[in-house]
Amino acid sequence: MKPATFRYARPETLEEAVALLAASEGEGRLIAGGQSLLPMLNMRLARPAVLIDVALVAELQVLARERDELVIGAGVRQRTAETSAVVLEGCPLVPLALRYVGHLQIRNRGTIGGSLAHADPTAELPGVAVALDAALVAVSPRGRRIIAARDFFLGPHTTALNEDEVLTEMRLPVLSTTRCAFLEVARRSFGVAIAGVAAAVRFEEDGRVAQARLAAIGVGAAPLRLSSAEEAARDGDLGPAERARIAAAAVEDTERLNGAGRDAAYRRRVVGALLSRALAEVAT
Amino acid sequence: MRPVDRPVDTLEIEFTINREPIRRAVPARLLLADLLRDELGLTGTHVGCEHGVCGACTVLLDGVPVRSCITLAVQIDGSDVTTIEGITPIDGLNPMQRAFKDHHGLQCGFCTPGFLMTLAGVDPADYPDEQSVRELLAGNLCRCTGYENIVAAVREVWHVPAS
Repeated sequence: MKPATFRYARPETLEEAVALLAASEGEGRLIAGGQSLLPMLNMRLARPAVLIDVALVAELQVLARERDELVIGAGVRQRTAETSAVVLEGCPLVPLALRYVGHLQIRNRGTIGGSLAHADPTAELPGVAVALDAALVAVSPRGRRIIAARDFFLGPHTTALNEDEVLTEMRLPVLSTTRCAFLEVARRSFGVAIAGVAAAVRFEEDGRVAQARLAAIGVGAAPLRLSSAEEAARDGDLGPAERARIAAAAVEDTERLNGAGRDAAYRRRVVGALLSRALAEVAT
Repeated sequence: MRPVDRPVDTLEIEFTINREPIRRAVPARLLLADLLRDELGLTGTHVGCEHGVCGACTVLLDGVPVRSCITLAVQIDGSDVTTIEGITPIDGLNPMQRAFKDHHGLQCGFCTPGFLMTLAGVDPADYPDEQSVRELLAGNLCRCTGYENIVAAVREVWHVPAS
């Protein structure tokens, strides 16, 4: 399995990358780490005429706290974000989720933007983005626009990005007083997830839940916000009885979906069980 | 790594392989694994699944382990690449290789270079217990050993206590 032929460009600035993508008239693909794209090229599931390598584009390498937002550039490597103090302090859910992205060898190359734009329904970062209402920034010849995470993931490998848009960064709310957990189940340790959950919970001073942000991956065409479970968690103490009730609400959330794919009933039960475990983790 | 301001079919890249500088024109579609094996004759890097799952093709890119079957040769322009040939002493085996041999950490040997490169590209201090070693090794598949003897080899060299 080898890629079909393509031409290769390596622009130095975001402006040049945008121009090259527009000039490819839908036949171009961006490549950063290539950890999702290369398997597709090798298997010839993707046959772009032009690959535009954004490795040199400095605008995509941002990793900073801007007031109450954490900004992670699309070109930042997953391993860099996973081990970054800025990310850990600003949004501890991100490193918890990144631990499950591929294996170390993949995260050393793969990027934040690559994982988001690839939009695999079992991918971890899209689940984090949906749980935390992340804002995704895209730039095209028409300018810059901000896409809410809930509007970004449209289906398997399908996003709201137009073919001439470059994903430049993910903006997350700073969650310094929030407790987070990310759990998933896979056939092989740290392999492709069957299903997983992301949880970020803010507590009142008396220990009751002020706000729970909960999402599931692997139970539909796109990451799913567990709205009923969030509602069920409010004002509670996350004790064992509470957790069972919240997990049941989460399973109900997943039942609204069609097209959950293989073993849908099993995946839904996994989400319930993982959510219960994740809430026990954040409660202690 | 220099910019390439318009799309090209072939690119001249410069890199170091096992500390030796190389300059070579490569087709855009060439995989790093194939550059190493077919063009440079470094056949110690094995190609298994060719889609980034098995880890047999693991090499070090600027010191960290990566999958050479899902890395393009053009992407390593300006980088430093180390293969199994680069960490094997001319007159024998390095300590991890010797431990694999002593503990029967290999049978057919196909996956072995990948395991050794993963282990060569991390800091043992980050893997102080058996569980963390097993998690690290999860990125490399072995179909012969059942992993126990590989873990035993790593534990010996890195002085990891039994769990």
